[in-house]
Amino acid sequence: MPPPFLKWFAERGWSPRAHQLGLLAQAQAGKSVLLIAPTGAGKTLAGFLPSLTALAQRPRRKAGEAYRGVHTLYISPLKALAVDIERNLGKPVSEMALPVAIETRTGDTPTHKRQRQKLVPPDILLTTPEQLALLLASSDARRFFEDLRYVVLDELHSLVTSKRGHLLALGLARLRKYVPDLQLIGLSATVAEPDDLRRWLVGQNPPGDMAELITVAGGAKPYITILESEERVPWAGHSARYAIPEVYQAIKQHQTTLLFVNTRSQAEMLFQELWRVNEDSLPIALHHGSLDVAQRRRVEKAMETNSLRAIVATSTLDLGIDWGDVDLVVHVGAPKGASRLAQRIGRSNHRMDEPSRAILVPANRFEVLECRAALEANYLGAQDTPPLVDGALDVLAQHVLGCACSAPFDTDELFEEIRAAAPYAGLDRDTFVRVIDFVATGGYSLRSYERYARIRQTREGKWRVTHPRIAQQYRLNVGTIVEAPYLNLRYVRSGKGASARGGPVLGKIEEGFLEQIAPGETFLFAGKVLRLEGIRETEAFVSNATGQDARIPVYAGGKFPLSTYLAEQVRGMLADPERWQALPEQVSDWLRIQRDKSVLPPRESLLVETFPRGNRFYMVAYPFEGRLAHQTLGMLLTRRLERAGADPLGFSATDYSLAVWGLKDMGQLFKAGRPTLGDLFDEDMLGDDLDAWLADSYLLKRTFRNCAIIAGLIERRHPGKEKSGRQVTVSADLIYDVLRSHEPDHILLQATRADAAAGLLDVRRLGEMLSRIRGRIMHRDLQQISPLAVPIMLEIGKERVNGDAGETLLSEAADLIEEAMGEN
Amino acid sequence: MNGLSTISDAKSRDSLTIAGERVVCDQRGVLFFPDISLLAVSDLHLEKGSSFARRGAFLPPYDTAATLARLQQVVADHDPRVVVSLGDSFHDGAGAERLPGMFRQQVEALAAGRDWFWIAGNHDPDAPAGLPGESVRELQIGALSFRHEPSATVVEGEIAGHLHPCARIVQRGRSVRRRCFASDGHRIIMPAFGSFTGSLNVLDRAYTAMFRWERFFAYMLGRDRVFPIARTLLRPG
Repeated sequence: MPPPFLKWFAERGWSPRAHQLGLLAQAQAGKSVLLIAPTGAGKTLAGFLPSLTALAQRPRRKAGEAYRGVHTLYISPLKALAVDIERNLGKPVSEMALPVAIETRTGDTPTHKRQRQKLVPPDILLTTPEQLALLLASSDARRFFEDLRYVVLDELHSLVTSKRGHLLALGLARLRKYVPDLQLIGLSATVAEPDDLRRWLVGQNPPGDMAELITVAGGAKPYITILESEERVPWAGHSARYAIPEVYQAIKQHQTTLLFVNTRSQAEMLFQELWRVNEDSLPIALHHGSLDVAQRRRVEKAMETNSLRAIVATSTLDLGIDWGDVDLVVHVGAPKGASRLAQRIGRSNHRMDEPSRAILVPANRFEVLECRAALEANYLGAQDTPPLVDGALDVLAQHVLGCACSAPFDTDELFEEIRAAAPYAGLDRDTFVRVIDFVATGGYSLRSYERYARIRQTREGKWRVTHPRIAQQYRLNVGTIVEAPYLNLRYVRSGKGASARGGPVLGKIEEGFLEQIAPGETFLFAGKVLRLEGIRETEAFVSNATGQDARIPVYAGGKFPLSTYLAEQVRGMLADPERWQALPEQVSDWLRIQRDKSVLPPRESLLVETFPRGNRFYMVAYPFEGRLAHQTLGMLLTRRLERAGADPLGFSATDYSLAVWGLKDMGQLFKAGRPTLGDLFDEDMLGDDLDAWLADSYLLKRTFRNCAIIAGLIERRHPGKEKSGRQVTVSADLIYDVLRSHEPDHILLQATRADAAAGLLDVRRLGEMLSRIRGRIMHRDLQQISPLAVPIMLEIGKERVNGDAGETLLSEAADLIEEAMGEN
Repeated sequence: MNGLSTISDAKSRDSLTIAGERVVCDQRGVLFFPDISLLAVSDLHLEKGSSFARRGAFLPPYDTAATLARLQQVVADHDPRVVVSLGDSFHDGAGAERLPGMFRQQVEALAAGRDWFWIAGNHDPDAPAGLPGESVRELQIGALSFRHEPSATVVEGEIAGHLHPCARIVQRGRSVRRRCFASDGHRIIMPAFGSFTGSLNVLDRAYTAMFRWERFFAYMLGRDRVFPIARTLLRPG
C-alpha cells in the first residue's frame, strides 16, 4: 500500500482490515475478485483500494498528453447509491490529496456534463447498468474504455438476478473485448451460491472460470425477537393491525426505528395506523418507490440528520445506502426469505461488531410459523437467495442492436463474445442467429420487411445499422426496467372532477390499481386518505378526504413468494411438535387441534383435505411452495378436475396452501379413483395443460409486453407523448394475439414463455414439488373444515378463475339494465 | 324513438333504430342494416404492420391477413348488397400500394357483386390505389349519413368511426375493457375493426359534446353478443 494510504489509516488510529488487504493483493496480482461481506465491513473502501492505490501511483498527466480514458468504472443498481458513494469516496480521496477525479453519470446527469465526460473522462466513473449500455452503443466506445483497468460492481447479489444483470453481463463482455485483461471486483452480501457470482465476474472461456473469493464472516449475531402480543393473532390477512400498540411502544423505546413491509399498500396502512396512535407526535415518516422523488429525498435527508424516530419503508431501502443511526428494525409481515431478512436487519447498527436488534411482527398464524422459521434460519446463517437464470433473449436483442450502433459486427465474433458472459454461456448459435434476424427485420417467417431492415450485412459479412435514426431509437429504448403504466397523482381541491388542472404531484400510482377505483372513492397514498376526483390522460386528480375511511386496496398477499428454504423450515416445524414450544400458545393450540381433527402435513408428503361446506365441496392442499407456484397449480388442477367431471367453480391460493371448490364431492371422487390423487397431481400437468392454459393467460400477455418493449418491438411510453390519445398507440395485447395465432414459435414468444415460467408461474418450483410428493400424497376426507384450512377459506371470494369471467361480468352489468328496464 | 325504448321494445339487445333505420350491432364490430342490406365497417387500418416497419418497429406482418379474414367472415354471414368502409381503411396513404397481391385479390373477391364504398379517412384521404369500389368523402343514404370523423355536436342519423371507442366497467372489483359501439340512439360511433388498432374510452373529453348522455349506451363487444351498458356503469381509463 502506498505511503499516503498508510499515513491516512495511521492518522485515524485504524489499520486496514484483512479482507481489504487481501483484496488489494489479489487485484495487484491481476485477478478478478468477489468480496462477500456483511454491511458495515468497509466493503466500499475495499472495492476501491486497488483503483485508488493504482491511481495514486500513476504519473501525473502532462499538458498536451494524449487523451486518457476512464480508469475505473463503478456500477450500482441505484442512482442514489452512486451519489452516496461519490460522497463517501470523495472524503478519503481529498484527505489523502489523491490526484483522482470522481464523477457520477446517471439519467439525471445534464447533457453538457455528459458531453464533457466524453471529452475529458474522470478517473473513476460512478454509473448504472443502463448508462454503461448507452456508453457502449456510441461510436467512440472503444476509445472511451480502452484505458479501463477495473470495474467495481456494488450490490452484485441484487444485480445478477434480474434482466438488468443480463444486460450488464453483456456490457461487461463487450468491455473485456476492448480490454482483455480487465479486472472485475464484485461486492456482495452473503448469497446461497457464491460460485455462481464468481463465474459471473469473469469471461466464460474456458467455461467454468471463476473469480477469486474473499469472504468476511458475519459480525455479531443479530438479536431478533418475534412480537408477542396480548391480542389474538388473526387467522388470515396481512395488515398486522392487532400489533400496532406494541409496535408503537417499541418505537418509543428506541432512538430510530426502521419498519419494513413487503408492499406499498402495507406501508401506507401501517403508516396510517401508527399516526392514529401517535399520541406523542413522534416524527414518523413514509418511504416507498411510488412517492414523488422530492418527497423521498426529504425523508432521506431527515434520516441522515437523525431527525426521525421511525420510517416505514418497502424494498426501496433494502440496498446498502447508509442512513443514520438505526437501532431497531421492525419487520411487519413475514420476511418471505431468510436472506432478505438478514439484509434488512443489517440496516440497524451499521457497525458490524455490534448486534443488530430486530422484531418480527407476523400478520397471521401461518406467518408466526414463518417468522419463527426465518428467525432460526438467520441464527444458522442459512441463505436462500434465488438461483441465477439463463440470459433473456429480449435483452440479448437489445444488446445486439446496441453493438451494431457502436460499430459493425461479425456474427461469429459477437457470438463468441456473448457466450463468454456467464448468463449466455449456454446460448446456441441457432438461437443467436434468430436473435440477429429479429433485430434486422423482426424475425418473421413471412419475410416482408427485408426492405425496412434496421441492420444489414455489408459485403464483408458484417452487420451495420442502416440509418442513423436506428441508433437514436435504440437510445430511447435502452434498459430492461419496464414500468407498469403509471399515472401521476395530482392534488386538487375537491369537487373538481376530471376538469381539474395543475396542483402539486404527490407521486405515481399504477394504472391497474386506479382501474379498480371509481371517482368519489377513497384510498391511501403518501400517508393521506385521498378521494379520486377523475382521470385525464396520464394524470389522476385527487383531493383530500380527511376523516373518511380509505378503501384500502385489495391486498393479494406478499410481493415476494415464500422462499423454498423457508417453506421447508415451516413444514419441518409443523411436523415436529417438539418445536411448537417456541410458538405462542394460541398458535400451538391451533396446531394441536389440527392434529386431533385431521392430521398435520408431514415434512416430505403432501396433505390434501376434502370436506363439504354450505352447498359446495372443497379440496385444500398444503404444498407450502409460495403463492406463485400455488396459483399455477390451482389453474392446472381446476382444468383437470373439470375434465374429471368434478365441476370446479374456482380456487384460491396463499403462500402456504391452495383451495379448490366445486359442485361435486371431490373426496368421493378421489376414493373411487376418478381420478386418483396421484393422477391429479401427476407431473405431466406441466406439459399440454400448462401450454393450453398459458396461451390465453393474461399473465403471459403482461410478460409479452415487457419482452416486446425490451426487445425494441414496441416503443416505451414516453412521458408527454401519450397525449395524442390512446387509439393511435399499438396495444401489446393485440400484437400478442396476432403473433400467437400466426407464428407461435416466434422468438419473442419463446422469450415470453421462458420469462413467465421462471417468474410469474414459478414452474420450476412447482415441478420440483410435484416430483417430491409423487407417491406421497396423504388424503383426509373430513366432515367439516379443519383448523389449518381456515386461513385459506377466509381468502376465498377474492379471486375467480373462470376463463369466461369477463363475459360473466359484462353480462351481469348488462342484466342490471334489464332489471331497471323491466320496472319501467 | 331512442335507444332505450328500442331495446325494451325489441327485446333484442343488439339492435336499435337510428333515424328510422333498423340496425344490428354485430359483436364482431360491424353494423348491419338489414332493410337496406348494408354492412358498415370502420377503421380497418390495413397494412399498419408494414407502416410501422418502415420506421423500424417490426410489428408482426400478419395484421392485414387477420383483419381481412375476419372481414371475410362477417361479409359471408350477412351477405350484404352494400359495404361501406368508414375511412382509415389503410393505416397510411401508401398502404393500398403496399398491399400484397393475395390480399388485393381477397378484397376484389369480397367486393364482387356488391356496391363497395371507401370513405376517406384522415390516414387515407385519397382513393385506395387499384382497388375496386367507389371512393367518397361522405355517403348519404336516406336519413343516414356515413362519414369518417364524427360531427362535433349532437346529430341525427350519423354513422362514423375515427375515435375507436371502447368502454370499461368494474364489477366485483374486476375491470373489463372492450371495444364498443357508442350510441345515444341518434348516432353511432363504430369501434375500430383493424387487428392492431388501439381504442379510446367513451368517457374521454373527445366524445363529450357528441352525445345526449342520458340516453347513452356503450354496446360492448362480447364473444357471442354485444352488451349494452348504461353511462352510469362506465368508468374512465
